[in-house]
Amino acid sequence: MYSEKVMEHFLNPRNTGTITNADGVGEVGNASCGDIMHIEIKVNNDVIEDIKFQTFGCAAAIASSSMLTELVKGKSLAEAEKITNKSVAEALGGLPPVKMHCSNLAADALRKAIEDYRRKFAKEGA
Amino acid sequence: MRTVYLDHNATTPLDPEVYKVMEPFIVENFYNPSSVYSRSRKVREKVEEARAKVASLLNASPEEIIFTSGGTEANNQAIIGGAKANAGKGRHIITSAAEHHAVLDTCLRMEKEGFEVTVLPVDEYGRVLPETLEKAIRTETVLVSIMYANNEVGTINDIKTLAEIAHKNGSLFHTDAVQAAGKIKVDVKDLGVDMLSVSAHKLYGPKGIGCLYVKKGTKIESLLTGGGQENKMRAGTENVPAIIGFGRAAELTIERGTELENHIKDLEKILREGIKERIPDIIFTGHPEERIPGCVSVCFKYIEGESMLLLLDQRGIMASSGSACSSKSLKASHVLLAMGISHEIAHGSLRLSLGKDNRMEDVEYLLEVLPPIVEKLRLISPLYQGGR
Repeated sequence: MYSEKVMEHFLNPRNTGTITNADGVGEVGNASCGDIMHIEIKVNNDVIEDIKFQTFGCAAAIASSSMLTELVKGKSLAEAEKITNKSVAEALGGLPPVKMHCSNLAADALRKAIEDYRRKFAKEGA
Repeated sequence: MRTVYLDHNATTPLDPEVYKVMEPFIVENFYNPSSVYSRSRKVREKVEEARAKVASLLNASPEEIIFTSGGTEANNQAIIGGAKANAGKGRHIITSAAEHHAVLDTCLRMEKEGFEVTVLPVDEYGRVLPETLEKAIRTETVLVSIMYANNEVGTINDIKTLAEIAHKNGSLFHTDAVQAAGKIKVDVKDLGVDMLSVSAHKLYGPKGIGCLYVKKGTKIESLLTGGGQENKMRAGTENVPAIIGFGRAAELTIERGTELENHIKDLEKILREGIKERIPDIIFTGHPEERIPGCVSVCFKYIEGESMLLLLDQRGIMASSGSACSSKSLKASHVLLAMGISHEIAHGSLRLSLGKDNRMEDVEYLLEVLPPIVEKLRLISPLYQGGR
């Protein structure tokens, strides 16, 4: 059902938890569909210096959150924004078709966190 | 790695005693029981012996037993065959929201055949309250189908009372007893039902075989036409080894009596108490007393069931969940939702179902392995405040 990579990330998720004084916070999903992803980022000079996630959901949801954090940590915001749910799934060696839509939302959560950061940053700049 | 099987409501291991009697009928005695030569007649005898054993388990007569391919076919046969044959009375069917899909979806399919279907609500424990049936039943109600014991939460319905209500109204009463047979006493006469479904693989018998009890004098239409087997009620050459295995499994169930029930109840008590002691923020689902032995259904707040199942599997423990993610439909358990449990909590459900080969060490192992799994998932859950 799941690839080895998915299982590996699910069993040993990277970058879990929260960040004190995070610069950006993003959350997607809802409890009724069974998946919620919460992502927090620390940004320095337009680079994602740190990223943490918390996820309520199935193995695919947890693995894709973990994979996303690995893919974007240390990347510039512009690079990070290019990452899609699809590329996360590809990096995991694929996800079961039924899980592609409901459980593969990590990139959406990251985009929300980046938006949140930009909003905060714009305010501070003004 | 150590393995612990805690999913006996899904299926049970085939009893070696059962396999022993089946084996000669797979290769050696392959004969068609309908043929005339002596070897075939011998096979026929064995099939009829098995029928008598299954009948005896249910306190029925052998001629009231129709062998089917399993519980699903028995339920389909009862609902489609029962409703169609008696449609003269009316075209209204009543079932409940907590039924197995083999009943629920079959009833709903009858809507396409011009039947009206009422799906009764269940209470917080998953029971159909007799007064809801009394209110819903009407002159045109041809059939009422309500499960004996629920597969997900184990709750037992008061079938005797429900069947009486149906009969007062002149309606047929069917019960899906797939989760009851082998776990509690199933007596068709005492229950007063017209039809009752049983599956062999839930009572340490083989897969691919079950039966429908049809009370003498009950009119039903057959689903399959052909060679006239099973008293013209179920065409197709008999699944001889499976039937013989079913017979032996029924016999062993009778022999075990309440001894097994008590063994499983003892383990269940320790399992429940152990979970309650070790893990906070949980909700046990199902009726506190009116429940089949060995079924522990529990929801762990803030986490999701499939993740739990996969982590348990890593440690060799096999169980089930009503979570959407662990189902093919991606919908949370309709049973838990019908009981008024929220989506969020239903996603965190775990069903542990004990069986005859489970020992105290299995329960102890589960109690050792489960709490850190729940804790691990809670710590990465955004719903769990303790993790922030």
